[in-house]
Amino acid sequence: MKELLIGNAAVARGLYEAGCSIVSSYPGTPSTEITEFAAKYDEIYCEWAPNEKVAMEVAFGASLQGKRACCCMKHVGLNVAADPLFTLSYTGVTGGLVICVADDPGMHSSQNEQDSRHYAKASKVPMLEPSDSAEALEFTKFAFELSEEFDTPVFIKMCTRVAHSQSIVETSERVVPEAPAYEKNPSKYIMIPANAKKRHPFVEERCRKLTAFAEESTLNRAEYAESDFGIITVGTCYQYVKEVFGDDVSVLKIGMINPLPVELIKSFAEKVKKVYIVEELDGFIEAHVKALGIECTGKEMFSNIGELSQLAVAKAFGKEVPSHIEVETAVPGRPPVMCAGCPHRGMYYVLAKNKITVLGDIGCYTLGAQPPLSALDSTLCMGASVSGLHGFNKAGGKGTEGKTVCVIGDSTFMHSGITGLVNISYNASNSTVIILDNSITGMTGHQQNPTTGYNIKGDPAAKIDLETLCKAVGINSVRVVDPYNLSECDTVLKEELQKEEPSVIISRRPCVLLKSVKAKPALKVDEDKCKSCKMCMKLGCPAISMHGGKASIDATLCVGCGVCTQMCKFDAIKDGGEQ
Amino acid sequence: MTKSIMIVGVGGQGSLLASNLLGKLLLSEGYDVKVSEVHGMSQRGGSVVTYVRFGDKVYSPIIEEGSADFVVSFEKLEAGRWAPFLKEGGTIITNTQQIDPMPVVTGAAEYPEAILEELRGKVKVDALDALTLAEEAGSSKAVNIVLMGRLAKYLGIPYEKWEEALRVVVKPRFIEMNIKALSLGYNYSE
Ligand SMILES: Cc1ncc(C[n+]2csc(CCOP(=O)(O)OP(=O)(O)O)c2C)c(N)n1
Repeated sequence: MKELLIGNAAVARGLYEAGCSIVSSYPGTPSTEITEFAAKYDEIYCEWAPNEKVAMEVAFGASLQGKRACCCMKHVGLNVAADPLFTLSYTGVTGGLVICVADDPGMHSSQNEQDSRHYAKASKVPMLEPSDSAEALEFTKFAFELSEEFDTPVFIKMCTRVAHSQSIVETSERVVPEAPAYEKNPSKYIMIPANAKKRHPFVEERCRKLTAFAEESTLNRAEYAESDFGIITVGTCYQYVKEVFGDDVSVLKIGMINPLPVELIKSFAEKVKKVYIVEELDGFIEAHVKALGIECTGKEMFSNIGELSQLAVAKAFGKEVPSHIEVETAVPGRPPVMCAGCPHRGMYYVLAKNKITVLGDIGCYTLGAQPPLSALDSTLCMGASVSGLHGFNKAGGKGTEGKTVCVIGDSTFMHSGITGLVNISYNASNSTVIILDNSITGMTGHQQNPTTGYNIKGDPAAKIDLETLCKAVGINSVRVVDPYNLSECDTVLKEELQKEEPSVIISRRPCVLLKSVKAKPALKVDEDKCKSCKMCMKLGCPAISMHGGKASIDATLCVGCGVCTQMCKFDAIKDGGEQ
Repeated sequence: MTKSIMIVGVGGQGSLLASNLLGKLLLSEGYDVKVSEVHGMSQRGGSVVTYVRFGDKVYSPIIEEGSADFVVSFEKLEAGRWAPFLKEGGTIITNTQQIDPMPVVTGAAEYPEAILEELRGKVKVDALDALTLAEEAGSSKAVNIVLMGRLAKYLGIPYEKWEEALRVVVKPRFIEMNIKALSLGYNYSE
């Protein structure tokens, strides 16, 4: 059947058709929908793991059992899972094991734009990179065969444009291969030095065999034309090259980015007068081609920063580009903002008001870095707020402990905040950790996590109790506050900062976008009472603005959270339900 | 020939539903189709853009400056932001609704009230109050479908086909309301 699917849904379809039985992942844009779509197939067991390392190890266990398994993550998630990855390369697999990793060139929603292809090379694991949804489906299915044939995990590498673009796919039936019965195999699976020393030569031999495979495989495809020069390209860049040149230029389309073929590239280079390389981010193919002693042009012409496009390709090759109108009127930017009624806002206001130094983390709450709240001092990677706070306080001592906190979301705390808290407790820093518990993984589009009490299917699940967890790792002072109550937040914050021991404040309110959260009637401004002091504007709530010198509340956005009511000294903000 | 349509607006205005509708429709008309969506961050009230391209064979899923046949804007100033993406002879279809972005809310910038006047001097602009029409259809959320109805006037695909595709992409209990929104956009005249 012909269907229009985003790349991520096509990968999920590929998992289904290949008979994959287990998917364990941690969400992250642009990879999240693979697992969400996979979870719609009842035949596949799917779960949100607490982090990517756990997810990859779950997939390992399932493969050991003989079943086809998969884990999905965004590029930075692969950093977290790098430890199992490198040794998984040694053990190899029993059931096929596919690792989907999605890069985000252009950083549509990421903190860096690292190039995952280096991981494939460094861990000696093959990597396939589709250029549209049809290939995403086909390559995913094929990855399992490759995995089982060569005894290796296999990467499917996505990027934002392939992951989030719909194109046409042809679907077929699910076929589940028979799983071998589990057999103990210590020399393959117990990676102690004696065994690992024997597996390493296997890995090197596998690389040689895979390179030979790459020479012949239809994953890599030369399309010859009557052109002087030829282009080697991969993934979404192939589409840009075709958009600009159509069938007028010789193209070597790489589908298997690791290991790269040698003879195929040499013979392509011999047939053209000049070789160009079009790839996003680093010059990965370029380095390989140059190492073969072939002259080529790549990153001299194309940036290694951000995304490429048909326009970037056309410009680089000196082709005419379409003209366009200029707009002279200044059009203000529209950055993403914390929603009206977002429970993170109240706590941020209290932190900003008290001029607290705040080590931040990654989630919707990172938006608190923007004016007018400007509440954050740092954001590095998931979990780094808690461990960073410990370091900050150890280095700063008494001078900083009483005026510094960290903020971390519930999902991020379970991902990698808890280990930092163990460190605070064990190595005793007088640190104050604030968990912004909105009962969901917000930023990536509402995934369940171990603290929400539901699993990926929305069925009831064990609910990790944050208070008990924090106490269990040795934090005696654990307080819960309602971020809609500014004075409570203020009091508790001051008390905990003054204490001579580590503490955790759980700022708890479910995300207003959750279906289970019912909005209250929109609030209203009494214009006669409004003195235009703009105190309410300090919250950065998108529902509040100044109109004709008076504050005004947009009834379509306001959910009646009442935080602004507490800001107004003149009692000008009224409950919408009263009137 | 590949045709390119951009759907632009503010996160939360339902551009995904609009692009799903277009995708389904164009697929059933036998075209090669690519639809590039945005997910993640942009849900949170940021500026969002979706690209829809169709024709005999479509390669790139994205649209750049000077190449869109239509820019369908769900909000007034967003029409100005994305107008440079229009190709020569292209058309802007826009909602006249204003949604203040944060820099306007905080007073750091001014809302460009007169943006459409400038655009009218440069390109073809078809502007309508889609919010009022959506409310007339039964829900302020149907702005997206009103504007798709407006786009239907230009694409040359029989109107019944739009209705058919709409019935597939929306939940059964919202079908009637959305069909009305589609027709209000389609039949709107100044
Ligand atoms: C290692 C890693 N994995 C995944 C992500 C993607 N990501 C960014 S924030 C986030 C979760 C945020 O959830 P939570 O901590 O509950 O905060 P909320 O957004 O709900 O405020 C995820 C999964 C990431 N940035 N880094």
